[in-house]
Amino acid sequence: MSYPTDRKYTKEHEWISADGRIGITAHAQDSLGDIVFVELPKVGAELTSGKTFGTVESVKAVSDLYAPASGAVTEVNGELATSPEKVNKDAHAAWMIKIALKDPSELNGLLSAADYEKFVSEEAGH
Amino acid sequence: MSAVPTIPPDVSRVVRKTALNAVHRQMGAKMVEFNGWDMPVEYPAAIGCGIVNEHLAVRTGVGIFDVSHMGDIRLAGPGALDAVQHISMNDASRLAIGQAQYSALLYPEGTFVDDVIVHRLGVDDYLLVINAGTREKDFNWVYSNVRENMRPFDCLVQNLSDDYTQIAIQGPKAADLMEKLNGNFIDVPANKLSAPFQKLRIDADYKSLKFYWVTQGRTMAMRGSDRLYDSGTLIGRTGYTAEDGFEIYISSDEAISAHVWFGLLEAGKEFGAVPCGLGARNTLRLEGKLPLYGHEISDTINVWEAGLDRWCKMEKPEFIGRDALEKARAAGLKRTLVGLEMIDRGIARDGYKVLDAGGLEIGYVTSGSPAPFLKKNIALAYVPPSHSGIGTTVLVEIRGQGVKAQVVPTPFYKRPRKT
Repeated sequence: MSYPTDRKYTKEHEWISADGRIGITAHAQDSLGDIVFVELPKVGAELTSGKTFGTVESVKAVSDLYAPASGAVTEVNGELATSPEKVNKDAHAAWMIKIALKDPSELNGLLSAADYEKFVSEEAGH
Repeated sequence: MSAVPTIPPDVSRVVRKTALNAVHRQMGAKMVEFNGWDMPVEYPAAIGCGIVNEHLAVRTGVGIFDVSHMGDIRLAGPGALDAVQHISMNDASRLAIGQAQYSALLYPEGTFVDDVIVHRLGVDDYLLVINAGTREKDFNWVYSNVRENMRPFDCLVQNLSDDYTQIAIQGPKAADLMEKLNGNFIDVPANKLSAPFQKLRIDADYKSLKFYWVTQGRTMAMRGSDRLYDSGTLIGRTGYTAEDGFEIYISSDEAISAHVWFGLLEAGKEFGAVPCGLGARNTLRLEGKLPLYGHEISDTINVWEAGLDRWCKMEKPEFIGRDALEKARAAGLKRTLVGLEMIDRGIARDGYKVLDAGGLEIGYVTSGSPAPFLKKNIALAYVPPSHSGIGTTVLVEIRGQGVKAQVVPTPFYKRPRKT
């Protein structure tokens, strides 16, 4: 799996772009399997870095979504309500929400694509 | 003073593997621990798999499952029928040779040791196919109730669980697939896991094998023109998917198990055969309302609550659990298993609370999932009889919210009958 270098990653398998779009990684969608349900906050909701902001469900599992950074939700990808399988098809294109970053420097503390890839391979090694 | 050294209990847990474990790993299956077994939950999307695709293949074509983690107990000898009658709730005296029946082993309380399929293989020869998670418990329970009595039954009790690789071939095209292997060898692509075998056939009279009957077939494997393997194979027209299908019991030798697995997939290509994991097995059985031990049935749930009356023959004068069931029936039901369909957005999961329309807790979900073929979110749940009527609205508590669901008829899915 390859990870775009235009964004940052978390150990909880989310990605966030500089413009505040948030999604889950290709690795996360692969672990979950067929995604059937994505529950997201409404526009205006305040996200706190490291806290849960939604849920993604596959046929077999329920997984919490953790905010990679703090900020208010400005947009929600409504397409995922009816076509959650888009996350399986291209997890790095299927953004879930967009936030107005409270403190853009928060992204500096997150993983680069290379670091995330390394983290995933180490996790798999256990 | 002499100290008796105490030996600490062995706390190491060995996760068990079926003879097909290396095959699953080679195919890239996602592996999980299930009841102490390292099993495939689903195969990769890259080969057309994933729970949804595997599920749909079984509803429309055919799917191949490794179910070798299931256990097998044989009771044979002059007292075998009496023993089976004593330990199981269905009436095994009705079985003709070659016939099978769904049944259950019960505790004296009328609750479940396990559910089983009882196969009559010969005059005094019965095979009980049991669940993976309850293998040891079941065998010990059967052995002690059959052999360690004041008057032991005159039969042997054998644990054959490790002798077989059990493969399920399930779906409307299962019979076509098996027929293709019947009477002629097919070439199976070379694979280091199935070497040295190259060709496979599995002969049996599939056409006259009816649902819930078993027959003795014959599996043959060749390398070039050498017949390296030739062995009798038990073939049952049974399954756990609510479809037509077969369960075959071959030697647990790794190479022959792999050869049969690859051979089934090869023969099944034209019928859309895919390998299927435990994920699809669970969603398929849920659509068909087939109970899973530890969920719909357990040592605290009785036969009436689980709604398995049809397979419990109270006209039998005696079997373990009968007296308690008699009393339970007289006392009336306190809870009953119902099917739920989610009305509002949300997926009920195992263990979630069921609330009445006013928000009062009345029961719990035993199994819940999206149903890939029905394309609905469904669940099985225990609720009081007062809330079990078809059409009753209840709430399922999902992450603190009561989400609306409705009691619906079960099974959720019934396979279309062939005309």
